[in-house]
Parts: sequence; structure tokens; C-alpha cells
Amino acid sequence: MQKPAKPSVKKPAVKQPIGEQPENPAKLILDGAIVDNQWNLLPLGGEEEITADNLASGKLILPLSLWLELREQLQDRKEEIGVWLDSDETADLVGEHAAELPLIAAHFPLFTDGRAFTVGRLLRERYGYTGEVRAVGSFIRDQLTYLKRCGFNAFAYQGDQPLEGLLESMADFSDSYQAAADQPRPIFRRRALA
Amino acid sequence: MYRYDEQDHKLVRERVAQFRGQTERYLAGELKEEEFLPLRLQNGLYVQRLAPMLRIAVPYGLMNSTQVRRLAHITRKYDKGYAHFTTRQNVQLNWPNLEDVPDILAELAEVEMHAVQTSGNCIRNTTTDQFAGVAQDELIDPRPYCELIRQWSTFHPEFAFLPRKFKIAVCGAKEDRAAIRAHDIGIQIVKNDQGETGFEVLVGGGLGRTPILGVTIREFLPEAHLLSYLEAIVRVYNQLGRRDNKFKARIKILVKAMGAEEFARRVEAEWEQIKDGADQLTPEAIEWSKRFFPEPTYKAFSNGHGEAVLRDQAGEDKAFSRWLERNTFPHRVNGYQSVTLSTKPTGIPPGDVTDRQLEAIADLADKYSFGEVRVTHEQNVVLADVEQEKLFDLWQEARKHGFATPNIGTLTDMICCPGGDYCSLANAKSIPVAEAIQRKFDDLDYLYDLGDLDLNISGCMNACGHHHIGHIGILGVDKKGEEFYQVQLGGSSNEKASLGKVLGPSFSRDEMPETIGKILDVFVENRQPEEFFIDTYNRIGLQPFKERVYAKAS
Ligand code: HEM
Ligand code: SF4
Repeated sequence: MQKPAKPSVKKPAVKQPIGEQPENPAKLILDGAIVDNQWNLLPLGGEEEITADNLASGKLILPLSLWLELREQLQDRKEEIGVWLDSDETADLVGEHAAELPLIAAHFPLFTDGRAFTVGRLLRERYGYTGEVRAVGSFIRDQLTYLKRCGFNAFAYQGDQPLEGLLESMADFSDSYQAAADQPRPIFRRRALA
Repeated sequence: MYRYDEQDHKLVRERVAQFRGQTERYLAGELKEEEFLPLRLQNGLYVQRLAPMLRIAVPYGLMNSTQVRRLAHITRKYDKGYAHFTTRQNVQLNWPNLEDVPDILAELAEVEMHAVQTSGNCIRNTTTDQFAGVAQDELIDPRPYCELIRQWSTFHPEFAFLPRKFKIAVCGAKEDRAAIRAHDIGIQIVKNDQGETGFEVLVGGGLGRTPILGVTIREFLPEAHLLSYLEAIVRVYNQLGRRDNKFKARIKILVKAMGAEEFARRVEAEWEQIKDGADQLTPEAIEWSKRFFPEPTYKAFSNGHGEAVLRDQAGEDKAFSRWLERNTFPHRVNGYQSVTLSTKPTGIPPGDVTDRQLEAIADLADKYSFGEVRVTHEQNVVLADVEQEKLFDLWQEARKHGFATPNIGTLTDMICCPGGDYCSLANAKSIPVAEAIQRKFDDLDYLYDLGDLDLNISGCMNACGHHHIGHIGILGVDKKGEEFYQVQLGGSSNEKASLGKVLGPSFSRDEMPETIGKILDVFVENRQPEEFFIDTYNRIGLQPFKERVYAKAS
């Protein structure tokens, strides 16, 4: 017996954000200097459907799901389209496409959610990504030194501490035990072992 | 043992300076409470019921006498004159002031110590066999590998904000004295048919409210790949471990949910990508690490010489003979024996030692054991390399300092968590229960007759006292606001690890010694010659114990 037809499902469920969405502060740290933020960041969700045509102009950081959807259509805006990964999105979802992007951001919905550290390393070390890797969301000053080691070079800090202090904290350590994005050789390959 | 070079010194100094700054910013209100929390945890500082506590790392349980003396000094200057040995071979101070902690860390750094990553959701201190390097059943000394793991895991930038804490244990002997099956990663050092060194890798063990024993995901990992494989495991966990519920965040839950095979597949896939990279250990690095654990300059004794002396002494002195039987451990070198100093005389919280006792330990180590001290996961202290001819002298000195209670491995050598006396999470006190049991069973002949018996006590289901893997496990529970105790039987932490089974309804504190007495009676009545408690339990099961303990008074 035929069951009554289900109402048609409109679209695949839009990805739900993990916690708060990232803010987009006016100033940030880029390559060790405090600079103006040149980019806009598009949050997840929103009322109206976003297409390649109604997408705002200028430099834009898109949620990964949206970028994957519009990627083909945005080929001629490549220079001004970046993407941000929520903390449940892994670096391999961008993977080889990373090279097309001038900027990839990784989100900290909570500063204790450390998945972004892996994102940074994989982008740099596995996918050879050389563009801007930006931390966005609720990370704190005291994480910069490790974030830097994991390949982040931009920090869109949204907390209430002065950016100067964040710059200082990047010098907390002058050496390291492990290999990471900033140091290809672990200490056992650098020590005089004789 | 391992000695810092300039790079280690620099890193630890920089860490102290970093934490000093963080503490100042916190006290000045620039760092929020919730932001300071993981930072202080990763520097060993957590705040408890009564005061902050500082957990100091003792890498794989090994210290030299200088370090032990420094600990004594620190407990005197900054604390109340005593310290606590923990179940993860660390040392804990119960009463430091928050403001003093950076100074304490600086004092520790001077003697090549720190409190890094002893708490918090990061890779913790790696633990191992307290008889590493001296045990007769050892295949390969685990300490050089532990040191390589220590360096790899210390200040690891990718893994400082894991879903939950992460513990690694390494065993290089036949008997597992490091409880590797109760760890997030357990490493068993093995040799393959070609005689090459490698590792069997287990994941997903852990105690707490969901106790699970680790399972093997790789039978043989070649030596060179130790760190890359660890990195692959922790990376998979960092990406996929649950973060929505802290009680489901340990790797054991991920492995269970995903299935060990699928988890192993993902680890192998990740590892394939990195195994030939920079983390691959070079032969030079392994050799270099091994050089820090050379054989001490043992004297050459003829076979059996020491034993003869000991037999004579033991024949004349019953107390010495008891101590010899319980508190010493055979050594692989002729004429030597390892000694366990018991921190568990009746009436002292298991694992607690005073500043004077710490100094005594350091002196004994210098005099009898090449200046080296080890902490055991049963919260005792080992002097690993003692000449048999000097055991009698050592025993007399140890007795003077209160370390010679001849109870190692017996019922009264309990593992016991801090419990309700110190811990705000406790359902019940644990230390008074330990003491009541020690008082009831103070007849040494009876204890010896019972033989090897692990009794472990936790004050709540977080299981810091390892109650799941005690032959007899005691768990504090809350019954309508009153402290009660549940009993489990049949747990074990060694290579035949098992989790205990609950006996039945719980008991009040007053009933506990009596209850343990009944359990022991059942054992004694049913045991066959040479059987230990766990053997008898495995043979007869839970039921006979249950019947006796819950029998209606007639
Ligand atoms: C708040 C009071 C607590 C106190 C005083 C306490 C005390 C301790 C101590 C001293 C150790 C040995 C630590 C080491 O040297 O690394 C330990 C280990 C442990 N703690 Fe706690 N702890 C507390 C809270 C917790 C909580 C909240 C959990 C779990 C949710 C927990 C689970 C464990 C487990 C499972 C172990 C060791 C067993 C293992 O290896 O897995 N503890 N605890
Ligand atoms: S087992 Fe419970 S009571 Fe005991 S120390 Fe751990 S958290 Fe506290």
C-alpha cells in the first residue's frame, strides 16, 4: 500500500553554529603588528538565502558550508573571498582547495574548545597553505603563543584586553620541544646528541 | 636520570615567567576567573574545599635526592610541612597560597622540576613501573621512552585544550605495574620475532564514572614511530572527542562509541600522513635518551652471597624478616634488592609524608641507593638499588623515620583518595575508612597470611582512588545526605586487568571494617593453597561473598 507522500523537504538543514558566532573586530593582529581589519565576516544562518548574486561586495569571510555551495560561482572573486571553519569543521573539508583562498579562519566558540589548533597545523603542514590563517571567536591572550606555533598569523581578538598585551604574549616562549607549523624539527633533531 | 640541558632550563624558566604574569594579571582583575582556570590547572594549581592545591610533576615517578630535599624545603616554607604522593607518581601540596605559587615554581625550576600539565585538559605526566631498570621480569627499560614522551607532550601547542585530561602510561616488563589498561593510552614495550623493539599500543582505558579498560589498536609499532603514533591518536581525539558533556569527553567514550576498529582505522590513516615526517625518532635520539639511564656503578657480588647474609639476619629477627618479605623486591643484579618505603602506617593518610620524612628519604637515597628516589602509583616510595648487605641497616633507619611498616602489597597498603576531608566533590570521607580498616586488621601474621591484596578507596565516582581496579574496592556514595560506602570485588590493575563488580547495597562507615572482615573470612575459608584473594574470587565468584555479607543475623 502506498503511503501518503511526505511534504517535500526544502533544503538540507543549514549547519547550526556551535555556540556564539565569531565577531569581527575593527582591529586585529596580523604578522605581529596591530592593523585595521580589511575583511567582513558573514555569520552562519540569517534570514534570507545568500546566493552568489546577492553576496555583499568587498573582502568577505564566508562560513564553510556557504563557500562550498558557492565556490564554483565565485571563481572571479577569489582574491576577496575567505572562509571560516566552525569548531566542528576539520581542515580536510577545505583540504586541497585551500590554495584558492587568501584567508582561512578557525573559530573558537569557547576558548577551551581546542579543535582550531589542529586546523591550523593541518592547513600549514599537510596542505601547504601559505595564506592568512586567522583565529576568530573567544580565544584568549594566553593562547596566542600556541596558536602561533600551530600556524596562525592573524588574531581577530574580541575580548577586552589591549592588543599590545597580546603581542607581548607571543614572545612567552623562545624555543619548543615539538615540531609544529613554526618549527619543522623537533628538539631531538636539533640538540647536539653526542 | 634525565638532566636538563640549557634548552630545558630555558623553557621551564619561560613557563614560570609566563605563569607569574598570568597570576599577576588574575590578581589585578585583568584575567577573568574562568580564563585563569585552565591556565592555573595546567600549572598544577587547583582550588579545593579548603585551599588551593599544587600538584608537582614527578616525570615517571623519578627524583634525585636534591629534588626531594627541595620539596621538603618547599613544604616547610610555603605549606604546612607535609606533602602527599599521588596515584600518578606525583607530589601534591595541600595548602600553598596562590600568590606564592610562582615562587614555588621558580624554586622547583632551579632543581629541574615543574608542575606543568599535572592538571587540566591536556597530556599529563607520563607514568611507568616503579621498578623500571631493575626488575627481573623487565624486557626493556621504559624510562628513555618516557622521557621522549615527556618532551614531546610538554607545552605541546596543539594539545593544550583537549576535550578532557589525557594520561599515558608505559610498561616494559611482563607484569604490568603501571596499570596501563586504566590509561587513555597504554604502551607495552615488546620485541617482535626479529628481535626489534616496538610497542603494543592500547587506547581508551580510564576510570572515573564510566570505567573502561584500554584495548589494543596496534600490536607492534616500530620504535621509531612512537611519537608520530601518539600524535596521530591525540589528533584524532582532539578533533572528534565530545566537547558537549564533560562526563563523556574522555577518549574512552569516543573509542567505545566509534568502535575500536574504526578508531584504529582513523588513527592509522592520520599516522600514514605523518609517520615519515620530523617526529620519526632517529636512532641517535633514542640512544641519547638511553644514555640518561645508565646502569649505576654496581659492585660485583657473587651469586647468593647477599641472600646468605640476609637469611642469617632474618632468622634472628622476626620483624626484619617480615619487612624483608613484604617491603623488598628482587633485583636483576646479584647482591642488590629494591626497597619500598611504606607511607601507610596506621592512622596517617596514605601517601602523606612530612618535611622531615622527605629529608630522611633523600638521606637514605644518598646513603643506600645512588641518590635516586621513585614514587609508586600505590603512593609509596622506592629505593631501587640497595645492596643486600645493607638492607638491615637501611631497615633500622627506615623504622626510625616511620617508613618500615611491613605492609607493602597487603590489605593495609591501600590506595585512598583525599576524599571528603579535602575534596569538595566527595560523597563521603575516605581517609577515616582507610584508618578504621587499618586499625581492625593490625595483626601482621593475619595480613601476611592473606597475602597480596589491593584495597582501593574513592570518596566518589570520579575514582581518584582507583576503586574499580582494587581486588576490594570501596566507593563513597551519598544516601539521602548521609555518607555510605559501596563495596566492589574482583578488580585488578595488572596485565590481567579487570573491573570490580558491585557486591550489593552499601554500608555505613561503622559497618565497613566488619564487612571487610566477613569478605576476608569467605576468602580464608575458601582459598586453596597458594591462592591470593583475587584468584579465589575468580574461582568462586561474587555469590559466596554476597551471601555472607548480607546474611540475616540469626
Ligand atoms: C576536586 C577534587 C579532586 C581531588 C582532590 C582529586 C585528587 C586526585 C589526585 C590527588 C589524583 C592523582 C593525580 C595525579 O597525580 O595526577 C587524582 C587522580 C584522578 N582523578 Fe581526581 N581529584 C579531584 C577531582 C576529580 C574529578 C572531578 C575527576 C573526574 C571527573 C577525577 C578523576 C580522577 C581520576 C580518574 C584519577 C586517576 C585515575 C586515572 O588514572 O584515571 N578527579 N585525583
Ligand atoms: S574520588 Fe571523588 S572524593 Fe576522591 S578525590 Fe576524587 S573527586 Fe574527590
